[in-house]
Amino acid sequence: MNDITGLTLIETLKALEEKKFSSEELNKAYLERIEKINPRLNIFLEIKKNPQNMPAAIKDIICTQNIRTTAGSKILSNFVPPYSATVIDRLKEKGIGIIGKTNLDEFAMGSSGENSAYGPTKNPWNETKVPGGSSSGSAAAVAADLCTFALGTDTGGSIRQPASLCGVVGLKPSYGRVPRYGAIAMASSLDQIGPITKSVADARLVLEWISGPDGKDSNCVDPASCKVTPCAARGCLAGVRVGVPREYFGKGLDKGVEKVIREAIKKLEELGAEIVEVSLPHTEYAVAAYYIIMSSEVSSNMAKFDGIRFGSGREDFGPEVKRRIMLGTFALSTGYYDDYFAKAAEVRTLIKQDFEKAFEKCEVIVGPVSPTVAWNLGEKIEDPLTMYLSDVYTIPASLAGIPGLSVPCGFSDGLPVGLQILGKYLDEETILNIGEIYEQSTDWHNKKPDLGKEA
Amino acid sequence: MKLTSDQVKHTAKLAKLPLTEEQIEVYAEQISRILDYIDQLNKVGTEGVEPTFNVTGSFNVMKKDEVTKNLTQDAALQNASSKNNHFFVTKGVFENE
Amino acid sequence: MNQYEPVIGLEVHVELNTKSKMFSGSSADYFSKEPNSCTDPTNLGLPGSLPYINEQAIEDCMKIGLALNCQIADVSRFERKNYFYPDLPKGYQISQYRWPLCKNGWLEVEDKDGNVTKIRINRVHQEEDTGKLTHTDGQTLIDFNRSSVPLVEIVSEPDFHDSSQVRDYAKKLQQIFRYLGVSNADMERGDMRLEANVSVRKIGETELPNYRIELKNINSFRFMVAAIEYEIKRQIEALEKGEKLTQETRGWNENKKETFLQRSKEEAHDYRYFPDPDLPEIRMEESRVKSLESGMPELPEAKVKRFISDYGISKANAQILVDSKELANYFEKTVEDGKDIGVSPTDIANYIINRKVNIDEVKPKQVVEEIANRKVGVVEDEGEIEKVVDEVLMENEKSVDDYKNGKTNAIQSLIGGVMRKTGGKVNIETVRRVLQEKLES
Repeated sequence: MNDITGLTLIETLKALEEKKFSSEELNKAYLERIEKINPRLNIFLEIKKNPQNMPAAIKDIICTQNIRTTAGSKILSNFVPPYSATVIDRLKEKGIGIIGKTNLDEFAMGSSGENSAYGPTKNPWNETKVPGGSSSGSAAAVAADLCTFALGTDTGGSIRQPASLCGVVGLKPSYGRVPRYGAIAMASSLDQIGPITKSVADARLVLEWISGPDGKDSNCVDPASCKVTPCAARGCLAGVRVGVPREYFGKGLDKGVEKVIREAIKKLEELGAEIVEVSLPHTEYAVAAYYIIMSSEVSSNMAKFDGIRFGSGREDFGPEVKRRIMLGTFALSTGYYDDYFAKAAEVRTLIKQDFEKAFEKCEVIVGPVSPTVAWNLGEKIEDPLTMYLSDVYTIPASLAGIPGLSVPCGFSDGLPVGLQILGKYLDEETILNIGEIYEQSTDWHNKKPDLGKEA
Repeated sequence: MKLTSDQVKHTAKLAKLPLTEEQIEVYAEQISRILDYIDQLNKVGTEGVEPTFNVTGSFNVMKKDEVTKNLTQDAALQNASSKNNHFFVTKGVFENE
Repeated sequence: MNQYEPVIGLEVHVELNTKSKMFSGSSADYFSKEPNSCTDPTNLGLPGSLPYINEQAIEDCMKIGLALNCQIADVSRFERKNYFYPDLPKGYQISQYRWPLCKNGWLEVEDKDGNVTKIRINRVHQEEDTGKLTHTDGQTLIDFNRSSVPLVEIVSEPDFHDSSQVRDYAKKLQQIFRYLGVSNADMERGDMRLEANVSVRKIGETELPNYRIELKNINSFRFMVAAIEYEIKRQIEALEKGEKLTQETRGWNENKKETFLQRSKEEAHDYRYFPDPDLPEIRMEESRVKSLESGMPELPEAKVKRFISDYGISKANAQILVDSKELANYFEKTVEDGKDIGVSPTDIANYIINRKVNIDEVKPKQVVEEIANRKVGVVEDEGEIEKVVDEVLMENEKSVDDYKNGKTNAIQSLIGGVMRKTGGKVNIETVRRVLQEKLES
């Protein structure tokens, strides 16, 4: 039963149905592996003692009734929510259990996992490297086979980027597809919950489970548009137009990463896709607009932490959280709203329109998720602006609200690289289908990190 | 744009963040750099461009006026650091609001 | 002292009487409930909670806007008003600032001399209430039952020039809220709250003064009028002495009969309003506004006019009778009942007002009968009454038959017949007794 933990979610469901092993054996296998590996990688903040059902790992920013939820912050070190997020209730209905709550950058603010008050998570492919962030623990848990799948949240790249850096599948759904109720808000107009999985088909299944309005998130859209059907014709991309934005291959993109992405695009072409060049001219302004909108919303969302109804005092926020609160507070203060927030909201419109125009020429847009592979722990922590710029390829889709998928597409310097596939608003179906066809015609998703003998 | 330490102090007060002198210095420098970067937005012509506050395009999303469920008093208060007879407690504030 | 003119603007908050909260499902009926027993994750501001707009509150807010002659905005948005206070669980209040639901309205007010002025209303917007603080020695206790109960704010332009106008405006708003059925608008319970911005300028000046004093936390019309009058005097005296007045917030001390400083300008807030990303915008189509408007009850102002023209009663009486919808309905029911026996609306109006009739206990019919009985020259001779009764019985065979067949109500029209023949100058009880004797013999 050594390979139980290596199975995908769908394979595990099938094995359970065929009674190849029991739910108890399944949980035991994962728990044993967690016990061996977690102390080295610092992936879990909370591990369930007697996990049951299908073992999923949940980013610790998603509220779980009667299970401590810290958001990676010292301020919530004792917070036990009296309610569960909608997605947790929905997973429960599907027979999914929680095996643990995963580490993250404090309140999802970070791109490396190092901003956690509970210590950084390490990349399963190389323990001296960051796993990416902010869903650092969720991506690492899937990569290290410590769960069947995980939930993360993505505000400016927090699912796609760690999925890319850890060599797993990560899906940021369209804004409004999955109810946010119960996910502790970072930037409300951008936050979205999504799956991190071992295969694209798994991501599709989890998305189906958690999508659709719940009567609590006002921004969640109509259920009619929430169906995702798997592609009928496998292995062929004939008739599909794949857009490649020239702005995603400019300076700052690591040569090794570029080579891997170019090869992946070539592979799509071999599979029958028509490659078209597209332009997203406002890409260079996306990070600036994002940092105004995000930090403004952060400054307001973090105001509820006053130490009265829950949590400790505001002095317990970590440095990055404080920095964003300060930036957002300043940007919204008297005399600056028009120059910053209003301006950024207008630039956001232009970025959204860039995608709308590009999608007239293609069904999906592909490019890198991250300009580099996983970097060294501690490398960028003193330089917030450089850290912010590492999200340059994920932020535009977040601002536009469109869905994005990261699929493993190779290695550079021995570290995983993810291919980003962006789709039209609410068209997860197409990006999942193209992602799956690519995945199934390559071998990258079968590569696992070597976690040594004791694993 | 260059932030003075007075601006940082004022912002910290608005944000209710207790910052040390040292932190104020660091934030003044870091936020100034970030704002310099953000100032490139001024290069983008946005005349006549409508702002995007919400990408869904939804409107009139409302619920019926129905009472669903109240939290129990205990659940409401379960995470409070200080409570007294089912009230939350905070240190005295002046009755000036 | 007379060369100054007060400039006053009013902000009125009214708590709506919806069943559930403004943005979530817990009960909004919080009055005298156990502390923190009417809450849910959203109005406690728990991490991960989200707001969802209560449609009833939006309709109520629009009704208030329409009653105050406002335009309903095509596009309206909720915004966050950011400030810290222990009664504000999220650290921001969901309110409206740049995109209010209703704007540019007006309401006519009367001053103490009966002069009518149009007060412009800048906006009517929707927001949410805060929790409630109780200060005990060194501690502040917080109850969040009231947190996020729907609140509507009505902001006037600084068009008031004396306290009697303010009083009339507040009374009229209270009447409107009650007619619309959107709030009990009880000042003492805090359903309705007034804030006045008071300043003074030299007569002839047209620009707004460069300061204003906010009067806050005043929980009766009477105290508000007293506070405004005190402030006008205090400010004129200060200006005469050459003092410079600045922005501040003041309260009212009823014992000392004076206003006192609560907060000065240095502590002024910077609310950092921005559109609430959790809430999609509101777009009101004209058809929806029209249908809401057509479903609205007749409002006090219109009722006064109709009472005067339809019933010929005095304006003063009409104004008293429309004080509440219940009293106005009672009056109209009584007029209806009085028609049969020739009791006039004027008599009914005078009677109800002078006798302070308890409308919950006394039936309109009783009022009519009372008035009829009080007519001068009452016929007391029973023989004479019997004669008239006989005539009426002869002329109303159908009613007699009805009565004998068990429809005892028919006696009312027979009584009416006797009243008409005698011009109402008989005692109704005597008539009833005589009629009953004759019908049952």
